[in-house]
Amino acid sequence: MATELLALPELRRDHALKLLRQMLLIRRFEEKAAEVYTQGKIRGFLHLYIGEEAVAVGAMPAFTAEDAIVATYREHGQALARGIPASAVMAEMYGKANGTSRGRGGSMHIFDASRRFYGGYAIVGGGLPIAVGLALADRMQNRAHITACFFGEGAVAEGEFHESMNLAALWHLPIVFLCENNRYAMGTALMRSESQTDLHLKAQSYNIASQAVDGMDVLAVESAVREAADGVRRDGEPRFLELRTYRFRAHSMADPDLYRTKAEVEEWKHRCPVENFAAMLRGEGLLSDAQRREMEADVGAEIAQAVAVAEAGPWERVEDLTRDVYTPAGAS
Amino acid sequence: MSKTTYREALRGAMRDAMRADPRVFLMGEDVGRYGGAFAVSLGLLAEFGPERIRDTPLSESTFVGAGIGAALGGMRPIVEVMTINFSLLALDQIVNNAATIRHMSGGQFSVPMVVRMASGGGRGMAAQHSHSFEGWYAHVPGIKSIAPATVADARGLLLAALEEPDPVFVFEHALLYPLEGETDDGVPMRIGQAAIRRSGHDVTLITYGGTLGKTLQAAQTLAEENIDAEVIDLRTLRPLDTTTILESVGRTHRAVIIDEGWRTGSLAAEVSAEIMEGAFDSLDAPVARVCSAEVPIPYAKHLEDAALPQAATIVDVARALF
Repeated sequence: MATELLALPELRRDHALKLLRQMLLIRRFEEKAAEVYTQGKIRGFLHLYIGEEAVAVGAMPAFTAEDAIVATYREHGQALARGIPASAVMAEMYGKANGTSRGRGGSMHIFDASRRFYGGYAIVGGGLPIAVGLALADRMQNRAHITACFFGEGAVAEGEFHESMNLAALWHLPIVFLCENNRYAMGTALMRSESQTDLHLKAQSYNIASQAVDGMDVLAVESAVREAADGVRRDGEPRFLELRTYRFRAHSMADPDLYRTKAEVEEWKHRCPVENFAAMLRGEGLLSDAQRREMEADVGAEIAQAVAVAEAGPWERVEDLTRDVYTPAGAS
Repeated sequence: MSKTTYREALRGAMRDAMRADPRVFLMGEDVGRYGGAFAVSLGLLAEFGPERIRDTPLSESTFVGAGIGAALGGMRPIVEVMTINFSLLALDQIVNNAATIRHMSGGQFSVPMVVRMASGGGRGMAAQHSHSFEGWYAHVPGIKSIAPATVADARGLLLAALEEPDPVFVFEHALLYPLEGETDDGVPMRIGQAAIRRSGHDVTLITYGGTLGKTLQAAQTLAEENIDAEVIDLRTLRPLDTTTILESVGRTHRAVIIDEGWRTGSLAAEVSAEIMEGAFDSLDAPVARVCSAEVPIPYAKHLEDAALPQAATIVDVARALF
């Protein structure tokens, strides 16, 4: 694990525990989401982030509150790591009026203007051009902000991926492209859909500096994303990281998971980003069993509170159905 | 009032908007050094430079998407897509993102973007450069669609579009670019209002964009036959100004809709349905339509002429209502 980042003992412990807590929060949030989905509380699609927690949690500290975040339909992890309250995300998935989009978006479309969290895109690759535009807007307005653009490896098959790589490089736009390579686009394995499976090489063909990173190791992710983000802030040029990860659950709650072996999934679970990091911290004396229990209880309470807020949340009035199709006059 | 062309009126509106507001910029294929495929942006690069008159690669989906992102990020982009047929490459960004972000975000974000494109046939450009998909765009809630048919509207409606907080699609019939006329710099225009271009009391001819000229010509011919036609220019295709349409049909009791889109599932069909729903009791004859033939637009002139709405057809169809 890349531990050199954390030189000072106290900072090192506090920061490491924070990373662990965030990963644990996402893990338990997703487990609860799956549970309430089966109870019919959440409808539509539900794409769980379990197994990929190190990517969102490792990446997010590299971005300031002024930076822009663009994500995908598997974005609960990014939303929580960005600091969007679990209660607001859960309420949105319940379809309640106290959700992030007042029940209009659901699991796949989490937005939060106050945190520059720009969604939540469910057409694969569709968020990349938006990231290009956000970065362009920041640069044209002489703001020093950068844009983090998350997308899955399935997006590299889309034309919008290639167009966006080209424009970002051609226009020297301050974007960190974060490719979450979980090896399967729904049920299609990467090797069955791409002639070049070293995805970071695709970015290099557009003259974008890139590298592949162990996406199961939160410190490796943090180190690489910080370096990439620092690079973007320094020279204004885009960077590309391929974060190699794995989802432990099926693509969505509707997926029978027939396209990969149980043995393969079990093998990856040995690389669990949450448990392995916890074990490492325990080994280094940074996490006692009591602290772990306390953290679990704390996270459990936060999620219980999120569910309670979602359960108690009001429904949007049907009379307001067509609200938010257009911007009301004088309220842009 | 100043005499100019449709093309120059568009250019002047963009120039004035860019001078007034540093957030406004133009991007698209060949808008800079080339001056625009239809010369609309000719000369703007020299005044505003390559940051604000931004040439793009042939990446319709991504430069339209970048327009959405730039709008989210506080800019007021004008995106020029060379032709309406090319805009189909950007439909994902238009329909899935531009039209939905306000709604999907629960009203947290707006997308103040203007997308301009040339539409329509009549130039021998055949089946991949000549179509009229305005009706498709008008189908989509979350975006607004306008079709300036006059020089004054080219300026006034484009300026109005730039004041809108939501995405506005501007359809410029390619035959209109050299059209001469006068702009009215006095009164700011609003989106969502149709205009009565000719008053009459026997039949209402409803059209927009490139077929306004043919419709006025048809009205002239009908007048010679003592049929006094009222001509409505829709100007805005979404939201439709149904009030103006229904009031006119209430006076004339007859309606013909002229639309360069294909007849099946056309904007004309929507206008017809609005009349049936809102003015059925006023009608003295079935609502009639003059649309493009159900064929990809052909190359040869006599075939293309036969495929598109023509003044003579409008006259025949209107006359048959009496």
